[in-house]
Parts: sequence; structure tokens; C-alpha cells
Amino acid sequence: MIEVRNLSKSFTLHNQGGVRLSVMEGAEVSVAPGECVALTGASGAGKSTLMRMIQGNYLAAGGSIRIGGTEIVGADPRVVIALRRSVLGHVSQFLRVVPRVPTVDVVAEPLLGLGLPSDVARDRAETLLRRLNIPARLWSLSPTTFSGGEQQRVNIARGFIHAWPVLLLDEPTASLDAGNREVVLTLIEEAKARGAAILGIFHDEAARARVCDRLVDVTGFTPSKEPSERVA
Amino acid sequence: MDLSHAPSLPILSVRDLVKTYGTRLGCGPISFDLYPGEVLGIVGESGSGKSTLLSCLAGHLAPDQGRVLWQGGDVLTLAEAARRRLLRSDWAYVHQNPRDGLRMGVSAGGNVGERLMGAGARHYGEIREKAEDWLGRVEIDPGRIDDKPRAFSGGMQQRLQIARNLVTGPKLVFMDEPTGGLDVSVQARLLDLLRGLVRQMGLSVIIVTHDLAVVRLLAHRLMVMKGGHVVEQGLTDQVLDDPQHAYTQLLVSSVLQV
Repeated sequence: MIEVRNLSKSFTLHNQGGVRLSVMEGAEVSVAPGECVALTGASGAGKSTLMRMIQGNYLAAGGSIRIGGTEIVGADPRVVIALRRSVLGHVSQFLRVVPRVPTVDVVAEPLLGLGLPSDVARDRAETLLRRLNIPARLWSLSPTTFSGGEQQRVNIARGFIHAWPVLLLDEPTASLDAGNREVVLTLIEEAKARGAAILGIFHDEAARARVCDRLVDVTGFTPSKEPSERVA
Repeated sequence: MDLSHAPSLPILSVRDLVKTYGTRLGCGPISFDLYPGEVLGIVGESGSGKSTLLSCLAGHLAPDQGRVLWQGGDVLTLAEAARRRLLRSDWAYVHQNPRDGLRMGVSAGGNVGERLMGAGARHYGEIREKAEDWLGRVEIDPGRIDDKPRAFSGGMQQRLQIARNLVTGPKLVFMDEPTGGLDVSVQARLLDLLRGLVRQMGLSVIIVTHDLAVVRLLAHRLMVMKGGHVVEQGLTDQVLDDPQHAYTQLLVSSVLQV
């Protein structure tokens, strides 16, 4: 479901003398349906950069990323938007929402985007919030004032509300207590069982060992050190 | 792969649009396509040409050259009566200052009803009923239907302007800094309202703003303008998080963090 081939990434810092930083070369990852693959490597090795490119958030410098057969390197924004709507789910570490929107609507929103009726979407959102131990009295409040762990669980509820065939998970168990960590790992196992292809970053080694089938070390995709070229 | 959510035919196509003010370039040449249900954000600083572009598209300014294609025809060559009909029905324009888009001496219900009548509605009871419904949808107490907009707060006036514009069920809405001049708490409420309406009505929107936080939450796609030209365009979060052009990098890195 995810096929990354010979992917490279560079940043050109126009306002810092035009320095061109090559941060990734020759990246290769594939994830099959029902499989969970973890990206590993030291901090700064490029795990998040690779995830962002697959999500369409960073532009690739070269190579190919196919999600369920759809090429996203060089794709029209509409293609990426349609993929994100129905195929490519994502749990980030950051919650970005319109400030006053109630938690239950934040979680339900992806389903509304797919055209589901709002009562069905809300029902499903409430089921997930309950499962993730977010107290019902908080559902009508905006999550912007929640604790870090609560925000993380709202993000997870939003990321699991639709049966996306592909899921990108960035530290899904970070800042969770043991009980909620168990809920999230079960959600991941259920997603695998229904055939989702999952790619994630897990610093929690026990969680990684339990849900991941394979590890891909991104250190090998870091370009050999060479002086930065100046293009300005 | 099911990509049926990506409609294949644009609702609006702009080709080689140019507007000059004497020898000075306002904007152009600019070409782009807008698809049904898509929200396009146009960002840039004062003087970038973004407002000139919006005015040309919406028919408030006559461009020097180019085509604006809507349902197979060029809007720029439409007869005046046909163009006015379009602006009253399928198209809508939300001004930054609600005073420019509302009739301040007419009641809230009258402001909404007037646009309906402009689009051909004649039955008083139905017009009033629809006006009440729309006041509710933009979160204005229908009990205030006979109050004049000058008795409303800035945020309420802006929501009334949105109701007036959307009551005819337009397909394309132009917005010029719709959250500008509003308190931050009021902006959030308006953004939430706009997002819901865009989704429920399947609106296509072109929104001009200098506020990158607004487009991040509202726009699917961005065009960045500088000196009358589009210097960069793409998926909103990609342009903001991985800007390619020197000017976009400067714009994004200049935003103050809170």
C-alpha cells in the first residue's frame, strides 16, 4: 500500500545565503496491507521528514511515493487532498484545530468530510472518546485547553475514526499512561487486522516490539557528509 | 483507488489575467483552475496584487486582458445584465468590512431577504422564513430579525453579511479578509462557521487574506503573491511547512509565535 522508491529531500534556505541542505537520499520503504513498519534512527536522522513527505506535507526532491498505486511526488494538490480524505490517515503529535470547536466535532470531522451524516459521525466519535477515557463532560469543550495526554488521545480518536487503508502514526503512545497506552496498541492491532498498512515512529520500544512487524532504519538514507553547495 | 472525491472539471478557469494601473502592474498574468468544493487561499502582503486579482475575478474591476471562464463562457464578455444576475445568484462576495456588503439602514431580515428578491423570490412569508432560518444558521438570534445591522457587534455584522450572501445558495464565494478587523475570539467562531458552511453547501471559495493562520484552517490550496505575480502555489500545509520560494520562506518565518 505504501511504496517509497529512491526518495530524496533537500531544503534550500533562500534567506540564509541560499544554503542547500541535502537531508535524504535513496530512501526505500514498502508497507503491505495488514503490516506495521516502524521507522528507526537517532533523533535528526530523518524519520519525521520521511513521514511528512509520505503525507504530502513536504515536497520530495526526487524519487517516488505511491500510496495504493497513486503517485504523490509531483501530484496535483487535489490528488493529495482526496487521498488524505479517504485513504491516508494520520496521527500527528500536534493538535491543530479551530479554537472553539467542541472535542466531539473535532474527532467527527473526518467522517463529515467523507459525507457521513452528522449523527453517525458523532456517535462514532463518542464511542472512540469513551474508549480512550476522555470524560463525557469534556466532549462539548474545545480540546485546546486539555492536558498534553488528553490532546494526544483526541488526536488518536480523530486518526482512528475512519478505517483508512493507510495510517501514519507519529509517536502514538507518547505521553499516555499505561491504561490508555494499552487502548492505543489495541486500536493499532485492530487496524492491522482489518488490513491497514501502518507506518510509524515509536520511541516506546515495548510498544514497537508488540505491534510492529519490521523496522526500517532511516540512518542509511542520510547523505554522506559533504560541503553544502551554494546555489544563490 | 477511489479518488472520486476529486472532481475532474473545474468550476472556474482563469487564463492570463492582467490588470495594470497606468504603467504599474496590478497583477498578472495569472492562470489557475478552481474545482467544485475547493477553497483557494490567496496570500501576500499589502500591494502584492491579491485584492486586485480578487476584484478582477469578481467583476468589480475590469482587467486589461485575460479570460475568466464560468460554465463554458467568459464572464468578462457577459452583457451587464447577465453579469449582475450572476453576482446576485451563483456568485457571492463577502467584503472585509461588513458595511460594504450590508445595507446599514435596512433590517437584518431585509438584508437577507433583499438578495433573495434580487434572485427572483416574491412570496413575503417564504422570504421572511428563509431569512429567519439563515439568521439561525449564522448564529444570530432570529428575534433580532427586525433590528438594523448598526445595532449589531462587528462579529454579528460579519455573520449577517455571510447569511445575506449565502441565502441564494451560491456556488462560488469570493472573500476579502473576512476575519480581518474582528477580535480573535470572534475570528475563531467565524472560521468554524465558514468551515461548516463550505462543507455542507459544497461551496467553492476564493479567499484573500494576509493571515496565514486563517488559510491554514480554511484553505485546501494556496497561491502566494508578490509584486502582482504568483510566486508559489500548492497544498496549503505543504506551502506553509515546506515553502520553496524565497518570499514564502520569509513570509512564513516572519509570523510571530504565541
